[in-house]
Amino acid sequence: MRKMAIAQFAQSAGVESKENLMDFTYRISKEVLDKAGLKRSEVGCVVIASSDIFHSGLSCANAIDWDGAGAFMVEGTRAEDSMFAFIYACMRIMSGHFDTVLVTSIVKGSENPENDTLTGFFADPFYMRPLGINETTAAAMQMREYMQRCNITEEQCAKVVVKNLGNALFNPYAHVRKRVTVDDVLNSDVVSDPLKALECAPKSEGVASILLAAEDKAKKLTDKPVWVKGFGTSMDHFNLGDRDLLNGQLKIAAGRAYKMAGIRNPKKEIDVAEICEPYAFQELLWCEKLGLCGDGEGGKLIDSGVTQMHGASPVNPSGGVLAMNPYVSRGLYRLIESAMQISGSAGGHQVDKKVKTALAHGTHGFAGQCHSLVILEG
Amino acid sequence: MADEKPKEKPREMRAEVTVPYEMAVGSNWHRFFEGLKEEKILGTKCRKCNRIFVPPRSFCPRCFDDNEEWVEVGQEGRIETWCYSNLMFPGQTLKPPFVPVQVVLDGTDMGFQHRIAGFDLSDFEKVRALVKFGGRVRAVWNKEKKGTIFDIDYFELVT
Repeated sequence: MRKMAIAQFAQSAGVESKENLMDFTYRISKEVLDKAGLKRSEVGCVVIASSDIFHSGLSCANAIDWDGAGAFMVEGTRAEDSMFAFIYACMRIMSGHFDTVLVTSIVKGSENPENDTLTGFFADPFYMRPLGINETTAAAMQMREYMQRCNITEEQCAKVVVKNLGNALFNPYAHVRKRVTVDDVLNSDVVSDPLKALECAPKSEGVASILLAAEDKAKKLTDKPVWVKGFGTSMDHFNLGDRDLLNGQLKIAAGRAYKMAGIRNPKKEIDVAEICEPYAFQELLWCEKLGLCGDGEGGKLIDSGVTQMHGASPVNPSGGVLAMNPYVSRGLYRLIESAMQISGSAGGHQVDKKVKTALAHGTHGFAGQCHSLVILEG
Repeated sequence: MADEKPKEKPREMRAEVTVPYEMAVGSNWHRFFEGLKEEKILGTKCRKCNRIFVPPRSFCPRCFDDNEEWVEVGQEGRIETWCYSNLMFPGQTLKPPFVPVQVVLDGTDMGFQHRIAGFDLSDFEKVRALVKFGGRVRAVWNKEKKGTIFDIDYFELVT
């Protein structure tokens, strides 16, 4: 496989920007190119992640996204999820067609209606949508099943929120940054029982951009290349009724990534994991399926404290998606945090241990329909 | 019986999608619209390629650099191209018939889109006799300013 690395990256903070989507996008894309000392015309190609129709109220990316991402008259493509966009970018380097790819992801949550106004449109219009199935109700049903079948407690799920929002206190790019207790979480409004308000991710602003480069080029564009060792994706059926909600496609996606990266024992070999947990309990479930603990042991995992920022296997030192949820962009945010942890540039949220290998995970769709992950190495 | 044919034809379901957004106009469009309120058409200039953008852009999409210089541009220009629109459909903002036009305003480097009006547009042949490719047009201001693109009511033919 052709070696490639994350050469540079930039991310916007979760606070609302007064700039419009195009200008907001331009600032971040420009920052990445400036850091790399690269002109727009020197970038091989551009991949954009945006879900225009519902996550920016546009039905075509052209009018806003392309110019801001530096893709004016540059070869490019787009994906609706940014982790997938990053994987497309990897393939474009692996093909030998390009030596550099700029991946930019765009969401301005402050402009959008509530998350579930949008996720309700994921459902088919004849049957699921009229029944009120959206990402939150799907997740709530998944959570109840998880609690019942694996004896996970509400307290264990709440502990994920306490950990992640606590970590976010040290991350200036996070949106929700506050110290909360297990009781605060349990006493927050019930959104869709058993899910409580603090267990559901917010709606955030987020433009993130990564410059990916082939080996020779990467070494010229940065002192600290973060190598891509492997990736994997997998997609489940959209119909919740035709799935095992606790055993979806994540194991398959992870297996693909681990095989590519030569990882045999993820629990030992992954130094830090950035996991996409739009709902608190999902961090525990995803950790199981990623092999960071055994099946059904997600509750014990959080109780043990190893996933704390200064534990043996930190999970979501950035604060995760519970602290910052720019829907389409959240995959790139996981990758950027992983790259920061590897290069030792995470500042206040840098984990104690030496990070050689990091895992970045993304998911979208009902109850984790689609999963993707990328393994990075220093 | 399962293989019995349904009595009715399969139906169609009427659907309408309405989703509210609050889109930031941003500082660049804001300044442009404020200019229109004062009957000024503002553009920005790229310091690298020297092109003047109207409407203004905060950056040049080719040079990928900030456009920091603001300029007031001419209110007259040359018709680059035009068409005659007479179909109504859901979502159409202007009532047909109307005449979309692309004008290169004096002192600028690109087409500015608006509409031509100010005379009877009901007969296409009469419109075609008056609107000329390469002809001159001038902005006509709306008396009531709202800080939108319709602060310029339309472009009139300069004869």
